[in-house]
Amino acid sequence: MGSRLFSMGVKMLDFFGDFPDMSRRDLRDFKLAIDGAFRDFSRTNGEAIEAFFDPLLWFLIKLEKLLLAMPWPVILVIVAGLCFLGSRSWKLSIGAVLSFMLIGYFGMWEDTMSTIALISVATLLCVAIGMPLGIWMAKSDRVQSIITPVLDVMQTIPIFVYLLPVLMLLGIGKVPGLIAVCVYAMPPMVRLTNLGIRLVDKDVLEAANAFGADSKQKLFGVQIPLALPNIFAGINQTIMMALAMVVIASMIGVRGLGIPVLQAIQNQYLALGLMNGLAIVGLAIIFDRVSQRYGKRLQQHRGGHDHD
Amino acid sequence: MTDIKIKIENLFKVFGNRPHEMMSLVRDGVSKQALLDDHKHVLGLTDINISIPAKRIHVIMGLSGSGKSTLIRHINRLIEPTDGRVVVDGEDVMAMSELELKEFRRFKASMVFQKFALLPHRTVAQNVAYGLSIQGVDEGEAFERSQRWLERVGLAGFEKHFPAQLSGGMQQRVGLARALATDAEILLMDEAFSALDPLIRNDMQNILLDLQQELHKTIVFITHDLDEALRIGDQISILRDGAVIQDGDPQDIIMNPADDYIADFIKDINRGRVIKVSTLMTKASRASGPKFEESALLEDALKVMNEQNSDSAAIVDSKGKVVGKISLKDAIRAMARPDREAAGTRYK
Repeated sequence: MGSRLFSMGVKMLDFFGDFPDMSRRDLRDFKLAIDGAFRDFSRTNGEAIEAFFDPLLWFLIKLEKLLLAMPWPVILVIVAGLCFLGSRSWKLSIGAVLSFMLIGYFGMWEDTMSTIALISVATLLCVAIGMPLGIWMAKSDRVQSIITPVLDVMQTIPIFVYLLPVLMLLGIGKVPGLIAVCVYAMPPMVRLTNLGIRLVDKDVLEAANAFGADSKQKLFGVQIPLALPNIFAGINQTIMMALAMVVIASMIGVRGLGIPVLQAIQNQYLALGLMNGLAIVGLAIIFDRVSQRYGKRLQQHRGGHDHD
Repeated sequence: MTDIKIKIENLFKVFGNRPHEMMSLVRDGVSKQALLDDHKHVLGLTDINISIPAKRIHVIMGLSGSGKSTLIRHINRLIEPTDGRVVVDGEDVMAMSELELKEFRRFKASMVFQKFALLPHRTVAQNVAYGLSIQGVDEGEAFERSQRWLERVGLAGFEKHFPAQLSGGMQQRVGLARALATDAEILLMDEAFSALDPLIRNDMQNILLDLQQELHKTIVFITHDLDEALRIGDQISILRDGAVIQDGDPQDIIMNPADDYIADFIKDINRGRVIKVSTLMTKASRASGPKFEESALLEDALKVMNEQNSDSAAIVDSKGKVVGKISLKDAIRAMARPDREAAGTRYK
């Protein structure tokens, strides 16, 4: 009697001591099944998916070639022009041109052009997908409650974990790099578009309703214009996060400033790493300042300074 | 009697998760407080019946929480009622399809808001043209038409300014011009002047009264300010706790308050500036003393009677024919604060 109780006690202790996990064999089969299923999936659908991304690849390559083919003075003029158009600041434009000249002088011109091509395409893609998604989210609480956790996952999941299936599907190359960048850089665009539209003054929206505006007129006439400061903050954040992904993207075969950084890490080339790293920082600062100033300029009507 | 433009019939509004289930309780006479305590529903409007005449200014007055802003939003259906009808020109607004409602809001009823609700990213001219651009009027014509209204409200020269660059009074002029520019027959004004300081408010009331002289729109005007209501209203409905407690013209309300609540309301009013001599007159074809038109204010009449040391005055119509008379005694009595019974017997 006593010994039976004792052995029951020991079993209980066993139960509480180790977590009642799956048997090792089951677990292995489980993992193999998933791996196998995905491998089959990528074998049968890989080409179709690759074909789906072909236009994107084509565009990215064209842009990169164009940037590389253009004589450097032309690029400098374009950089200065865009900076001035965006920020209306001579100081910033001159600063941008100087940084580009330094980048070129230290032999990083071509890598920089590749990186700019990647960032531009990634940002365009993020805006093209992220903005409609954000608008949809703002219109429905249900959609918001579904998309928000997805965005949380996109921002927190270790990059290599989602790189793996992408690589299995598409192999090493520019497109998987672009996808990796977008997965990481898109969430702020979606979130801030959603936020911006939700924060639109209810009174103004009511006025639009009272004048009989339909949902299209409300969206383009009231909601998007009034949400622009937040949408611009979203674009700005997207660019910053895309730049932060340049080194990771280079690990899966995207050309650009990330490659030398990677070499520097592997070979302990301090100067190389520092120079290319600083080039990325330089690009980031230029993009950031120009886009922020542009966003602010859109908001000038909000200030009431020249009161008559 | 003038035509009825807007007829609100048995309108109820219950706020909450299951408003329709609450309707039977409301009809059984469950009080607002009981509905809130026992069922967590808020009774916004209770059995509202108002007839709003065409081409007049109908004021709906009430303190905050009385449901007046909720009520005006039922007229263009920015808020859906729980029960009841709003009939405009014989057509039930509540039965309109989405498309019909849009047309109704675009062409038939425009609105002015307490907080102006201008589009901050559009210039003054673009704001005034907003209703027209929603209607689909092409840009050139819209600007031309809105320019007229901008001038009419005294904002010529400010076309290119943004709303944030204007003072509150000027912003509300933009709001008014925006509402007028659509040429809607009905103008809904939700506490339109309440956010303005008293002098500017007075200016805006003058602008509105001037415009009304030539435009003859059907105006529904919401306010919490009795002075404002008496000044601009052809007709006043007083709202309390979501129910209409008195409906009448300003003279009616000031001479004949329906209950102590309203009597209390009007006790601080300068009666001499509201009461017209015609309200006090007794019919007569001959009378001695100074002559006054029917619309003359008691205050002015008393001043003249006092100066001329006259015990009575004659009331004449627009052709100068004597239609009635008032005595000094009646005039002084009317100036005194409400003595409801006494006032009631004298009026009409």
